[in-house]
Amino acid sequence: MSGDTILAVNHLAMRFGGIVAVNDLSFAAGRGQITALIGPNGAGKTTVFNCITGFYKPTGGTMRLTHETTGQVSLERLNDFRISKLAKVARTFQNIRLFPGMTVLENLMVAQHNALMQASGLTFLGLIGAPSWRAAERSAIELAKFWLERIGLIDRADDAAGNLPYGDQRRLEIARAMCTEPVLLCLDEPAAGLNARESAGLSELLLSIRADQGTSILLIEHDMSVVMEISDHVVVMDYGVKIAEGTPQTVRDDPKVIAAYLGADEEEAIAVMESGT
Amino acid sequence: MTAPATTQAPRSPGIAFIMKKAFISAAVALVLFSLMIGIRTEAGPTGQLIYWTRFGELASLVGIVFVGSIVIELLRRWLGPAGTSGIVPPALQNGLATAGRFVAPALLVFTLLVPVIFYNQRYMLDLGILVLTYVMLGWGLNVVVGLAGLLDLGYVAFYAVGAYSYALLATSFGLSFWVCLPLAGILAACWGVMLGFPVLRLRGDYLAIVTLAFGEIIRLVIINWQSLTGGPNGVSGIPRPTLFGIPLTPGDDGLAALLGIKFSPTHRIVFLFYLILALALLTNWVTIRLRRLPIGRAWEALREDEVACRALGINTTTTKLSAFATGAMFGGFAGAFFATRQGFISPESFTFQESALVLAIVVLGGMGSQLGVALAALTMIGGFELFRGLDQYRMLVFGIVMVLLMIWRPRGLIGHRAPTVYLKRAQAISSDLVKEGHG
Repeated sequence: MSGDTILAVNHLAMRFGGIVAVNDLSFAAGRGQITALIGPNGAGKTTVFNCITGFYKPTGGTMRLTHETTGQVSLERLNDFRISKLAKVARTFQNIRLFPGMTVLENLMVAQHNALMQASGLTFLGLIGAPSWRAAERSAIELAKFWLERIGLIDRADDAAGNLPYGDQRRLEIARAMCTEPVLLCLDEPAAGLNARESAGLSELLLSIRADQGTSILLIEHDMSVVMEISDHVVVMDYGVKIAEGTPQTVRDDPKVIAAYLGADEEEAIAVMESGT
Repeated sequence: MTAPATTQAPRSPGIAFIMKKAFISAAVALVLFSLMIGIRTEAGPTGQLIYWTRFGELASLVGIVFVGSIVIELLRRWLGPAGTSGIVPPALQNGLATAGRFVAPALLVFTLLVPVIFYNQRYMLDLGILVLTYVMLGWGLNVVVGLAGLLDLGYVAFYAVGAYSYALLATSFGLSFWVCLPLAGILAACWGVMLGFPVLRLRGDYLAIVTLAFGEIIRLVIINWQSLTGGPNGVSGIPRPTLFGIPLTPGDDGLAALLGIKFSPTHRIVFLFYLILALALLTNWVTIRLRRLPIGRAWEALREDEVACRALGINTTTTKLSAFATGAMFGGFAGAFFATRQGFISPESFTFQESALVLAIVVLGGMGSQLGVALAALTMIGGFELFRGLDQYRMLVFGIVMVLLMIWRPRGLIGHRAPTVYLKRAQAISSDLVKEGHG
């Protein structure tokens, strides 16, 4: 299982006019593993995410997603909503993008749109209230309840998502992404703005998602304590290229990584990196 | 020498501010009214333009604005910062919320009884039909604007398509109203999809402009395609609706004769009233059902955050098109009803004014709220009739009422959103959180 690759990114390039955001990036994410993508601000991490999740069409390179049963999907050929619908890749956003005017439960119901749409017979069966539709709706609510219990928000199911505290919104966004039943979950800075206790809770949640659902996770993160604790594999980017890759330990000791994060002063960099662990 | 004056201003900044504001208001009033009030023009006996000045009236008006500005500013100071909570005490708001639960059923029962109560008042029945037509149009547009958050300024186009579909199908092929009604809806929905395709990529203001243009295009095509639509002369002799084949006429095969009662032209009006009521309630029922289905939730999610929708695998293209098509279909139904009620239609009836009126009903009602839209239609159409006695001041009073309403309730009469699904208890969601959508 551990040798199995779920996502293979090869020679990915993304240019905006004359600006090269990502250049010749290759890395692989293992199935059932947590892969972290780190790097200083502006290194091109979110651009890589946007390419993988279909928000950008890459200028060059391939991204191959291997499903356990249905085979390979070339992500660079899919776009927009099809990445989530067909390739089963879900994502969260750096700046939380919930539906603030809808309840917590509704947010999770919207995430199950495609499955429910089919069950409602493209709305027509649902309009006449067919029993098959009612059953599908009930099981969708059950799935939502399952995730609400997992993230500890079951008591706030009927509150507006926009009224939740920041940390809860972060967790809700992850739960919403998981309600699409993805094989690969892409998290863009899930620990941003969380306090130490919430960060620890997040690490626990991500580890349990990997263990119980078997979902592979790709995450961008600045919070080194989270990265070092949960990732199996770390890819470091700077100025759009990969500068190091390996286990958290090897990456942490890599002088190139330290230099990228804090200029050339290695002594200081080491101190900071260690304080993060 | 000037020191006392300059030090006085900071000591009481309120007065300086109020005076400044009053002067600005007065200056604006002077510019606005100098031509409107200050100079009066008329055609003289030989056709030449004669004019005279009315500086006295102009001066008094500017003076009123100046004093009024000071009074308003002082009132505002005494009453404290304006806000819904300040104007309406919380206890009253709770009371209103409780009463709100009974408003919809009470309104429905009253509407059902209108033909009984006002049987002999033709004017009231006609007004009722008019209000219900706008309620239906408002509910139809609510799908597009209120739920999906797509600003549509050309809704009257679908109303026109529905009306002309019925008029032309009925006069050319002799099809009955009940056959034409679904056809009119389907045709209007097709036009909705046709409009939807080019505007899919547009958002906000740009979407509004294109839909506005679309509404005008439909009207201009109707005016200029004389061979089909009769151009500005319109289509006349549109058949009246029948009660599933039984005509409402004084003849031997008419409904009155069959029931053995004396014929009265009011029967047809009452029938039309219940017909539009049924159509409006159908619109309402379908919309309420759709909101609880995945498609309806996707519409609202699209209004909240389109990017998040795409990340969740929702096809935004078909979702938007389905919203346009559904809204257009109800517009088409309403159009067919309009044609059969009038018996005559012409492009005059489908101007931008109608689109603006329907949109105003949706916005005033509170975007997305079914009850709000119904109340707004009643206020706008009924209220407009109510002020008929005021003659030329009607528009002025109407405008002031609109402005006051929007100050009191910036998000419409019913500003909160009801959730579509709940575990324990459905809580209304405050309008501060609900997005308006941006195309």
